[in-house]
Amino acid sequence: MDYLLELFSEEIPARMQKRAGEDLQRLVTNGLVEAGITYESAAVFTTPRRLCLNICGLLEQSPTLREERKGPRVGAPDKAIEGFLRGAGVSRDDLLVKADKKGEIYVAEITRPGRMAGEVISDVVSEVIRKFPWPKSMRWGACQMRWVRPLHSVLSILGKLEEVQVVPVSVDVPVGDSTEGHRFMGAGRFSVTGFEDYEAKLKAAYVMLDPAERASMIWHDATNGAFAQGLEVVEDRGLLAEVAGLVEWPVVLMGDIAEDFFELPPEVLQSSMREHQKFFSVRNPKSGRIEKFITVANRETADGGATILAGNQKVLFARLSDAKFFWENDLRVPLSDMAAKLANVTFHNKLGTQAERVARIAALASEIAPMVGAGADLAGQAAEICKADLMSEMVYEFPELQGLMGRYYAEKAGLPAEVANACEQHWQPLGPSDVVPSEPVSVAVALADKIDTLTGFWAIDEKPTGSKDPFALRRAALGVIRLVLENEVRIDSRMLFARLIIKMDFELKHRDFIEKADEIQVLLEKSVNKIMLTEVMQGYGAKFFSANVEENELKTFNSLMKAANLLAFFHDRLKVYLKDKGIRHDVIDACLKMPGNDDLTLLVMRAEALQAFLNSDDGENLLQGYKRANNILRAEEKKDGVAYEGAPEVRFAEEPAEKALFAALAEAGPQIETALVAEDIAGAMAALAGLRAPIDAFFDDVQVNADSAVVRRNRLCLLNRIREVMHKVAVFSEISG
Amino acid sequence: MRLQAYWAGQGCAILQPYDMEVGAGTFHPATTLRSLGGKPWSAAYVQPCRRPTDGRYGENPNRMQHYYQFQVIIKPSPPDLQALYLGSLEAIGIDMALHDIRFVEDDWESPTLGAWGLGWEVWCDGMEVSQFTYFQQVAGMDCAPVSGELTYGLERLAMYVLGVDHVMDMPFNAPDAPTPLSYGDIFRQTEAEYSRWNFDVADTDMLLKHFEDAESECAHILAQPAKDPKTGREIIMAHPAYDQAIKASHVFNLLDARGVISVTERQAYIGRVRALTKMCADAYVMAEGAEV
Repeated sequence: MDYLLELFSEEIPARMQKRAGEDLQRLVTNGLVEAGITYESAAVFTTPRRLCLNICGLLEQSPTLREERKGPRVGAPDKAIEGFLRGAGVSRDDLLVKADKKGEIYVAEITRPGRMAGEVISDVVSEVIRKFPWPKSMRWGACQMRWVRPLHSVLSILGKLEEVQVVPVSVDVPVGDSTEGHRFMGAGRFSVTGFEDYEAKLKAAYVMLDPAERASMIWHDATNGAFAQGLEVVEDRGLLAEVAGLVEWPVVLMGDIAEDFFELPPEVLQSSMREHQKFFSVRNPKSGRIEKFITVANRETADGGATILAGNQKVLFARLSDAKFFWENDLRVPLSDMAAKLANVTFHNKLGTQAERVARIAALASEIAPMVGAGADLAGQAAEICKADLMSEMVYEFPELQGLMGRYYAEKAGLPAEVANACEQHWQPLGPSDVVPSEPVSVAVALADKIDTLTGFWAIDEKPTGSKDPFALRRAALGVIRLVLENEVRIDSRMLFARLIIKMDFELKHRDFIEKADEIQVLLEKSVNKIMLTEVMQGYGAKFFSANVEENELKTFNSLMKAANLLAFFHDRLKVYLKDKGIRHDVIDACLKMPGNDDLTLLVMRAEALQAFLNSDDGENLLQGYKRANNILRAEEKKDGVAYEGAPEVRFAEEPAEKALFAALAEAGPQIETALVAEDIAGAMAALAGLRAPIDAFFDDVQVNADSAVVRRNRLCLLNRIREVMHKVAVFSEISG
Repeated sequence: MRLQAYWAGQGCAILQPYDMEVGAGTFHPATTLRSLGGKPWSAAYVQPCRRPTDGRYGENPNRMQHYYQFQVIIKPSPPDLQALYLGSLEAIGIDMALHDIRFVEDDWESPTLGAWGLGWEVWCDGMEVSQFTYFQQVAGMDCAPVSGELTYGLERLAMYVLGVDHVMDMPFNAPDAPTPLSYGDIFRQTEAEYSRWNFDVADTDMLLKHFEDAESECAHILAQPAKDPKTGREIIMAHPAYDQAIKASHVFNLLDARGVISVTERQAYIGRVRALTKMCADAYVMAEGAEV
């Protein structure tokens, strides 16, 4: 049997149609299958005014279910037997007697008859409509039900060949076998007998049921029309899907854009036409200019769409006049004046105005500039105007043009190309797949922008929690990671974060302290430089409890905690990023435990080299040797209650393999150090590889637990020496396997 | 006039514009207050609207700080409201066979009224000619039954019907009258004057004081006991209080146009106006309940 359902309503928002179709299909078919009515195929279609579900090959009724229920033993008290009969819904004569482990018992055979498909459908569809997951639904008139817009009728028919029955659905509107066609071109209601009849009669009533068919027809007609005039349509899939959801009978019309508007940037034309009018842009491939537009009407007219096109052209003229008004007004205002207006805009009530933020970004961008190969002056200049276009009339009207307008206005003002580009590119990357800027000035400003955001929000304790990240801080951190790695930027981020957060903390809360900027620097260098931040924290932690701490030190301590936390946040983001790049979790951990883990570029170089090494034969064997040494050491240290950390002495070495290992370690140690200083991580790995054979030979030939206590102790210290040498490269104990 | 005749024919009471500065026809108590409560209601009226930030010195072809709306409000919304609406377009001479009429999603929300609804903007050949809304909440209260609201931008519609490109070029009386007058003859100068005052001249300290005065008067009115000591009758003064809310809202719009309200302050001001509307709506519902 086949079932056809159509929910006919007032216009459903285009953006909700696809999801609504999927939900309808999933909820109805799941409901049917759960009730035992299976089917062969199902398809869903949407138009602005209808959701339609067609299910083919349904079972006529759900299968009969038989169940045997065990009751009390034969001879049990009557009360127990009666209770069982009530529960099972059978009479005493229906009971069977069967043998069980405990003897003879009563058994009731219960039969649940299948339900007819129509009955099940009626229940399921009524329930689905009642609980339909619209993103926003409404009531209307005095009706009690909810739908996305007022529902007018439901077509609900179940049938086989010519036998068709209406399946009742409980809604506050008529349910039957009829529907309507196009709002203007259709001619009243009509009845249908099945899906093919429905689809054909709709087409005759000027409704193209399938959204994919509408979209492909629009695209086909649009591209053909443009091609005939030597033009091309600017591809926009989102717009195509939206427009296909706005019409039941698409008619593609192409119109002209007045030449007055050709001077506007093409993106402005596109934004204005797409956002306000749902027009496609038509480009002249020779000039790159947008010269025509395409609109999609919902009907045919006697004049071939001439009136409709003229009306649309007129509206577009007014829209573009507005855009031109903004463009010309903006060009009259120097970018520096626009930037000055940022002083009236609050960025965040605890982080001051946009202008204050821009000043911070400019200072930071100049500082970062040399690290990325940019001129400090250019970077500072770019940063000072990078947010100016937020104050332009154009961006106020079309927020999605932020950055881009900055670039145009900077170009028009004759500023250097790097500065203009930075206005646009400093926003990037906007997402995991967005491009990362590579021009040095853009990189400097982009990094400064994001780092300022992160350190600022960390300073005021506004970190992302769970799924909540209202300031898109995860995206900002990922942006920094990608900017740093893809441009191989070297930043001592621990120091930088700490300094920025301390500065922010003091600027925001203790404005008096800012005069003593030198003091901060001294404090900071004394405490952070060359030491792991955790150690600093522990040191200050102890002081914290011992009282008599200078107030400023205390404040600094809090800031340092935040900086450490921010770095940890970066490490978490980095792990996610590297995992996507195929670097193992344990490899990342082994590198994160190393000093210099705040230099993200170095960290990733190390992780990549380590993973490659571990994948090699030498690496795998060396890891086994390391584990063996580590296991023995740990066991013996635990047993003896001492740490074997002293230097082993070659004079106590007895076996040749032992002596060879001494020699190998003595050679590898300095080699590794030299390589690491030169940041030749692969070289350090190669030096490590040289240890594989001597270590293997040592374990083959030498008994660690020698009878002589001196020899045994010396050998344990030798094992420790292996561990120490290897830990110069990475913390191998983190590696699993 | 033809719109009025059409909707009068559909049983709407034809009302007059409200005599205060409002940002939209929705602010008229015939819509805001009457959409509350359970009593059926059906009305249509013209309302002049002022939106200080939309001033363009009379230069933009269809954007002005002062313009006219035609408003229809029917409670409960009839099932054929869309068809009735299309009938009104036919009535003013828009031929459905030649034009492309579209209902494009546009949910309406007025933070200052604490109101929202679902509906569309109606496009005629790509031009927004009306706003079509099913009210769901007003002043934070659920609408039951639901009112259907139609808002027509009169200038745009007239331009459309008359085939004029710039609002200021539109004839305002018969073109063959002894003194032919265009829209521009009447409004171009005032648009320029108000644009200048709204954007650059209005005394913001005074406006701030007006805002606070309206706010406290609204609270003062509603703080009175329901029983009038003079007449001895129950008189809840929801409408005079609501006038103060309208006033506060307009003053806020002026301050906004002067650019003295920051983003964060903006929210706070909107919240204050919403609180006033809410108090008035509560009073109105209470008064309606007292009548029954």
